Amino acid sequence: MTVSQTSFGSHEPVLDVKNLTVKYIGDTRSTTAVDNVSFSIGAGEVFGLAGESGCGKSTIANSIMRLLKDPAKIAAGSISFGGKDVLAMSQGELRRFRWQDVAMVFQSAMNSLNPVLTIGEQMADIFTTHAGYSRQESLRRAAQLLELVRIDPARLKSYPHQLSGGMRQRAVIAMAVALKPSLLILDEPTTALDVVVQQEIMAQIKDLQRELGFSVLFITHDMSLMVELSHRMAVMYGGRIVETARAHDIYTTPGHPYTQALMGAFPPLTGPRIPLEGLPEGVKFQNIPDLAEVAPGHFVAPFDADAEAAVFEGAAQ
Amino acid sequence: MSHAVHSPGRPDVSAQAPALEVRGLGKSFHIGGLFSSQAVRALHHVDLTIGRGEIVALVGESGSGKSTLARCVARLEKPSEGAILLDGVDVLKRDRFQASRSFRSQLQMVFQDPFGSLNPAHRVEHFLRRSLAIHGKGGTSQRGSEEQTKRRLEELMTTVGLQADMLNSYPHELSGGQRQRVSIARALAVEPEVILADEPTSMLDVSVRIGVLNLMRKLRDEQGISMLYITHDLASARYLADRTAVMFAGEIVEEGESLDLLAHPAHPYTQLLVSAVPDPARAGSYDPVHRAKLRQAVMASTTCAFQNDPDQRCSADEPVRHQVGDPLNRHWVRCHLYRPSSGGGGTALATEPLPEPSPAD
Repeated sequence: MTVSQTSFGSHEPVLDVKNLTVKYIGDTRSTTAVDNVSFSIGAGEVFGLAGESGCGKSTIANSIMRLLKDPAKIAAGSISFGGKDVLAMSQGELRRFRWQDVAMVFQSAMNSLNPVLTIGEQMADIFTTHAGYSRQESLRRAAQLLELVRIDPARLKSYPHQLSGGMRQRAVIAMAVALKPSLLILDEPTTALDVVVQQEIMAQIKDLQRELGFSVLFITHDMSLMVELSHRMAVMYGGRIVETARAHDIYTTPGHPYTQALMGAFPPLTGPRIPLEGLPEGVKFQNIPDLAEVAPGHFVAPFDADAEAAVFEGAAQ
Repeated sequence: MSHAVHSPGRPDVSAQAPALEVRGLGKSFHIGGLFSSQAVRALHHVDLTIGRGEIVALVGESGSGKSTLARCVARLEKPSEGAILLDGVDVLKRDRFQASRSFRSQLQMVFQDPFGSLNPAHRVEHFLRRSLAIHGKGGTSQRGSEEQTKRRLEELMTTVGLQADMLNSYPHELSGGQRQRVSIARALAVEPEVILADEPTSMLDVSVRIGVLNLMRKLRDEQGISMLYITHDLASARYLADRTAVMFAGEIVEEGESLDLLAHPAHPYTQLLVSAVPDPARAGSYDPVHRAKLRQAVMASTTCAFQNDPDQRCSADEPVRHQVGDPLNRHWVRCHLYRPSSGGGGTALATEPLPEPSPAD
């Protein structure tokens, strides 16, 4: 598990996002959803992107997949995947790029299955469309995929509503890794699931990742889960990355007051009952500057000491 | 030890009848066509007591029956059997067919989705004013009472930590946390004794969740409102609730003082839940073999942890409650030998295959 942590930086990154800026352009005003964001993901690395709703996490994921629709517009920056410029790809190139190079599991992915087709038909469809296999061969491979995520291959004949939420989610993950992509984007993959099922799915993703060696971009707002799964992570606020470092470093020594507030928002399962304060209402960080390195591999956006004081004042009350 | 974990300033619980008591509550849902006699048993013989000024958390997975229990207690569903005692009065006998207004003024609900529970066509003021008017707490009939109502509205907003000028806002102008605070203010307007909160924070942003939990605690501490806090998040149950009850397949399998219960979970299902909570402090603790054993123990246990205890009888026939640890914590667990009845609410455990014991990595 520590392989990519120790080798971090020495590999050619699989995905390199540089100075990405995405704007939602309206008639009267436009909003900058992602503001000058840069990060890279190495081979076999699990990179976490944390932050609250509306901070731009999903917009980044959609930019990487080139799924943004009007009024969203990539205003500046570059995304390169294995040396190829993703933003310059033609429709034909994109068709190959999506799912074969990069696959994505969406939020509430279990509802992204087609309710009127069986699981088998939908899984076989990947192979007939993208890999050009015969129907029989596709079904055989679909059965293998289900076994990979520990679902009985007899379930190929089931319709989505006949499976539990956790099984559907696992089927979707199996579909995502079907063509052995080198990057898997997980956008809040377990938000709608129970903890027991969530833990199983995360353990399964870890196993698959070890087996198949793909990189993961993992998006969630659950800091505990993210620290447990990721090698490196970034914390986003208002379209900016405010802190990025190895997951363990962020857990032990969060640098930015927002990261500290986010960490403090999860009550612990052990120890005495300590009153916690989330981010107090009204505390806003604005004009977040570029990241500065505070320790090797640990980057924090310099912040206003007053804002920090406000956060701690809130926590003391 | 048990004294140290109780919150200070909590009213004495033992003096009067408990605020809410549920006895032997059961609920079956009819399934299939018109002539089908099949039923799903969502709740089976649930006993739960909420003392005055006490916060009780009800935890469990989706489908375990938590929300059905809340809906039965709130009289949104008609229970198949059992009794609900509010303030010592059996409300199912008193108001036989539907909830009365006086019942509603004693017990209020806060729902999961603040985006769905507030009508988008009305301003915040409307929701609170309506609560006051229906339950006659605003005194709208008297002369000069308009000023009183206004004051009360502002007071409510301050109590839940909102600006009074937000009374003129529409729900879409508020953030999720603010909307949930409005829902809480709406429940408070009625001056209830009990609030049922069904996953009040699960739709909210992480950084504001703690704020809503702190608000609920403040209401308990300052106004002595009893609460049933329904959640799937064990950490927040531990943070907020005095006592925690664990629900599995429509039955309560373990209950006790929150810190004690989560520190020493006795039932295999509670252990399974506790072990599944992500905790960076013990990263990489996933052990499929151990978890398979726990699952097995939940579904069909052949041994009970209390078998060798001479003071506590084990039985598979009826739900026998074993006392765990210090009696002061009132921590009990259902005998492990008791098996969940068939026809209980569908659970993820029952439908998913056991992972094969693989070599630990």
